[in-house]
Amino acid sequence: MSSIPMEYYLILSAFMFSVGVAGVLIRRNAIVVFMCIELMLNSANLTLVTFSSYLGNSIGQVFVFFVMTVAAAEAAVGLAIIIAIFRNKKTVNIDEINIFKW
Amino acid sequence: MPQNNYEYFLLMPQLIIAVGIVLSVLIEITTKKSEQILPWLSIALFVAAAFDSVFNINQNFVLFGGMIEVGGKPAIFNFIFNIGAALVVLSSIDYLKKYGTYYGEYYILVQSSVLGMMVMSGAKDILMIFMGLELMSICFYVLAGINRKKLSANEASMKYFLLGAFATGFIVYGIALIYGATGTTSIQNLVENFVTYSSNIIFVLGFVFFLIGFSFKIAAVPFHMWVPDVYQGSATTVTSLMSTTGKAAAFSVLMIMLSAVFSGASNVFRPYFATISALSMLFGSIVAISQTNLKRMLAYSSISHAGYMAIGLAAGNLFSVAGIIFYLAAYAFMNIGAFTIISIVEGENDSKTDLNSFAGLNAKSPILAASMALFMFALAGIPPLAGFFGKYYVFISAIQSNLTWLAILGVLSSVISVYFYIRVVVFMYFKGSVEDFEIQISPYSLTAVIITALLILVFGILPDTLMNVITSVIR
Repeated sequence: MSSIPMEYYLILSAFMFSVGVAGVLIRRNAIVVFMCIELMLNSANLTLVTFSSYLGNSIGQVFVFFVMTVAAAEAAVGLAIIIAIFRNKKTVNIDEINIFKW
Repeated sequence: MPQNNYEYFLLMPQLIIAVGIVLSVLIEITTKKSEQILPWLSIALFVAAAFDSVFNINQNFVLFGGMIEVGGKPAIFNFIFNIGAALVVLSSIDYLKKYGTYYGEYYILVQSSVLGMMVMSGAKDILMIFMGLELMSICFYVLAGINRKKLSANEASMKYFLLGAFATGFIVYGIALIYGATGTTSIQNLVENFVTYSSNIIFVLGFVFFLIGFSFKIAAVPFHMWVPDVYQGSATTVTSLMSTTGKAAAFSVLMIMLSAVFSGASNVFRPYFATISALSMLFGSIVAISQTNLKRMLAYSSISHAGYMAIGLAAGNLFSVAGIIFYLAAYAFMNIGAFTIISIVEGENDSKTDLNSFAGLNAKSPILAASMALFMFALAGIPPLAGFFGKYYVFISAIQSNLTWLAILGVLSSVISVYFYIRVVVFMYFKGSVEDFEIQISPYSLTAVIITALLILVFGILPDTLMNVITSVIR
């Protein structure tokens, strides 16, 4: 089939996942943190599609559709929550949202 | 294997709740007084689903081409989820007016989250675990921030959402790696070939990612940082729902994924579970001592209880499955009871949840003080209450698996935890009232408190009633 070895895809998706995790831990803007979480989900999607293609069965690709649907639902709820907090607090910096100590 | 149409009949508990959600949305759209109808509809649905599960507990089948299991262990979990949710709804009726969220959609979200939990506990495919988990979690994110005008609820909701979605990222990546190593998402296959797979590095790595994600959901140290803030900031009834049934659902998934270990395969993940359980028990118990807010104190106590239950996962034998399920049932009812009492005493704007507000409670309302004392003793694990037997069964299973050091740490941490539970009782009975305020006791919440108190007493005095049912369904 394709001439690109499977490892390349897996290394790329592992790199994307690491970028996502690092972003969640380092960035302070709630929207950027949320984007990094989406990056983690997409790296998992890439892994699923890669394995699906190389194993020759379709379960992984079906799973990706479910993950994308759920990610969309999560984005709707998450952005609504971020808007709600922005209305009350006029900021989305997670260091300034600290009634409770972390 | 049952015939096609019969499959839907066996799936009745899930279908009751699913149809109920659609019905509730229609009621919410068409009537102006949905907040008066929906609580009773929800309670009726939850009770119907709970009893349907229990009556069909022996009809143990895997349905829809190996997707979902009904009867047996999932039936017991469905009972815990539904009765727990029914009690939470009962205690929400008057609380929500006080909290400023007298809306109908609260109940629809509770129903959806319970449906998610039921899907999780019966899952026979990793896809079902994922869908159930997300259905539950997304509803919890919204429920945590149900009062969108209140900053503390916004903050709790956002912290819960960001860390919950972060955990989901770990879970999905773990699932992807598990799929890569096994070529399927069927749990049946996972159980049968667990020993072969556990020497595969990709599988072990994926499983560890999966476990990290679920350690967030069960609130175990070192993945606990969201717990105190979220439990303190959310509405008290929402906290009682997510700290009990949500935790039970996450544990049910861990037991499904590790079912090969429980039936005899060697437990390669034992060091992981032993570490998180030892850390959670000690951290939760020690930090809870310095808390003066009762909701925050119960949040740390929830962390340490996650630690006690994780002992069972580290032990990994059949007895520990029974122990964890018993513990989850006992914990669900005693925690719902304690949070319901906090919700009764709580004033407007999150006030009156401090320890000082409970000073002299016995003079104001002897029945509330007595039941709060009962729940505190049960959480501390003092016999003959249900909490004691939960801990006892889990510790015994640890000793059977040569994890005596973990059981000793557990007992030590229980002894530490007695201090802050008994302190509440001392404040209620032996201190004069510090803050002068009237307590409006809602009859519905009081009913919920009495039902939970009775359940705690029955499970405590006659632990065999529940334990025999549990051991008969886990083979």
